[in-house]
Amino acid sequence: MTTPVVQARGIVKRYGHVTAIDHSDFELRPGEILAVIGDNGAGKSSIVKAICGATVPDEGEILIEGKPVRFSSPIEARDMGIEIVYQNLALSPALSIADNMFTGRELRKEGFMGKYLRLLDKPAMEKFARDKLTELGLMTVQSIKQPVETLSGGQRQGVAVARAAAFATKFIIMDEPTAALGVKESRKVLELIKDVRARGIPIVLISHNMPHVFEVADRIHIHRLGKRLCTIDPKDYTMSDAVAFMTGAKEPPEQDAA
Amino acid sequence: MSDSSGTGSKGEGYESALSGSDTRVAQFAARRMSPLNRVQHILHNNPTFVPVIVLLISLLAFWMIAGGRFFSAFNLSLIMQQVSIIGMLAAAQSLIIITAGIDLSVAAIMILMSVIMGNLAVNLGVPSPLAILIGMAGGMAAGAMNGLLITKVKLPPFITTLGTWSIFFALNLWLSGAQSIRSQDIDDAAPFLKFFGNAIDFGGARITFGVILMIVIFVTLWYMLNKTAWGRHVYAIGDDIEAAELSGIRTQRTLVSVYMLAGLVCAIAGWASIGRVGSISPQSFYEGNLQSITAVVIGGISLFGGRGSIMGALFGALIVGVFQSGLRMAGVDVLWQVFAIGWLIIIAVAIDQWIRRVSA
Repeated sequence: MTTPVVQARGIVKRYGHVTAIDHSDFELRPGEILAVIGDNGAGKSSIVKAICGATVPDEGEILIEGKPVRFSSPIEARDMGIEIVYQNLALSPALSIADNMFTGRELRKEGFMGKYLRLLDKPAMEKFARDKLTELGLMTVQSIKQPVETLSGGQRQGVAVARAAAFATKFIIMDEPTAALGVKESRKVLELIKDVRARGIPIVLISHNMPHVFEVADRIHIHRLGKRLCTIDPKDYTMSDAVAFMTGAKEPPEQDAA
Repeated sequence: MSDSSGTGSKGEGYESALSGSDTRVAQFAARRMSPLNRVQHILHNNPTFVPVIVLLISLLAFWMIAGGRFFSAFNLSLIMQQVSIIGMLAAAQSLIIITAGIDLSVAAIMILMSVIMGNLAVNLGVPSPLAILIGMAGGMAAGAMNGLLITKVKLPPFITTLGTWSIFFALNLWLSGAQSIRSQDIDDAAPFLKFFGNAIDFGGARITFGVILMIVIFVTLWYMLNKTAWGRHVYAIGDDIEAAELSGIRTQRTLVSVYMLAGLVCAIAGWASIGRVGSISPQSFYEGNLQSITAVVIGGISLFGGRGSIMGALFGALIVGVFQSGLRMAGVDVLWQVFAIGWLIIIAVAIDQWIRRVSA
């Protein structure tokens, strides 16, 4: 079997006497879309945060491509090629699309102007941003220089996904990418997610939307009471099965190879 | 695999009805924009247009009211000299306001540092360049104090700088013994402190080095804000600090650097103020804090952060200078000058609010 992209074992995170993650496991395999579902408060965001460095777990180990890691901030995870699309997108509304794509990793001009005067290479960043958006079929925006606040919700989501896709080399975490969108815009974002997988980048998808999860996921990680209850193949179960596992109405299947 | 036609194996095909639908993503019938909407859009994209237009109109208006005496090279260059110190403070203030903060201590830092420079050079015989460097380091330290209180102790900028305003002002009275350093003493002991009072004369105009310094400061800060990653981060922080943090900006470090840079600019303004005023008075520029905020606001920089160009603050300072000079020449009482500036502030903020409501 190939090495999983992420393998976490026995992760524990406590806040006072609340245990947010209770000896949970997590596994992401190469090239897959892994959906993470769970009831509110089950701790699905907590486990994902532990993997991307947003929280530091109290116990347990995390292996990225077989190598143990210990992130203390999402910036460290990002430096390793792990990108996160936050639910609130983390875009700066007044800045341009190109500025937003490069926030925190801007390109500087070569030579004296870049080295000593720290001049940004705006043409290069704009070209890169335009190419990436075109690749993902998102160049319906008029100009790469337009501020993000002038875009529709779906277009903003598109910019956030494009930013992640452009820089991710290991995997992408997406937190509720369709939650704030209408039917048609959600469709577009789902196509985008599949497109990113087709480029070979695995995705962790946190979502409440069962039809979307069942449409795009290769495997579904069901989180309950702070730990992984089971992982299921969406082809073998129905949405109501998944909801039943998630809420405890039904016993989970014997843990298979997943 | 379930990545075929739009529905997963077990997913209900409720979206299949979409296939016949309009494939455009969330578009609305293009609304015809009224001319007013169009103006709103242009101003939204170019926040410095308003102050530039206001400046040109007020120049024209006072030319007609007060005549050629107002519009002479001498008077226009005098206005530049009069606004140069407040202009530099406004440049420092702009940096802070773009991060959605406010700095009530800018003038206090400036005066404190000019007093330190003067005491060292005139009273203690420290070489002028060294005294000036110590003053600049002090300005950065004062800025760092503001920045650290705001980021580490997590105090609101308004409260922090209200406190440091008093602290720096008290230190300034203590160090100076509430005494001015006389112009004559500076000339004798440390004429270099008055460097920015030197001027180039041509065609009736008198351009002091202080005016040139103000312009150099604005151009440098404009470059930093618009052409470097640091500048983009400053705007991103003012826009939405959480989003900035999540996209990988070290927001605390950047904020501290902004306050330190503002402190440095204030200290440089302190040096320039010695040349402008001639003496070093611990009581001067007491209203400098509020005047700098006035210039920034009239210059179209949003008090809510993230929007506006630093060049706006230069135009804002010039607008205030033009109003004061023009009204004075038209024989209007000082109290009506103050009255007019008050209305300018209110109108400027109202225009900013209107521009921010722009519909995409």
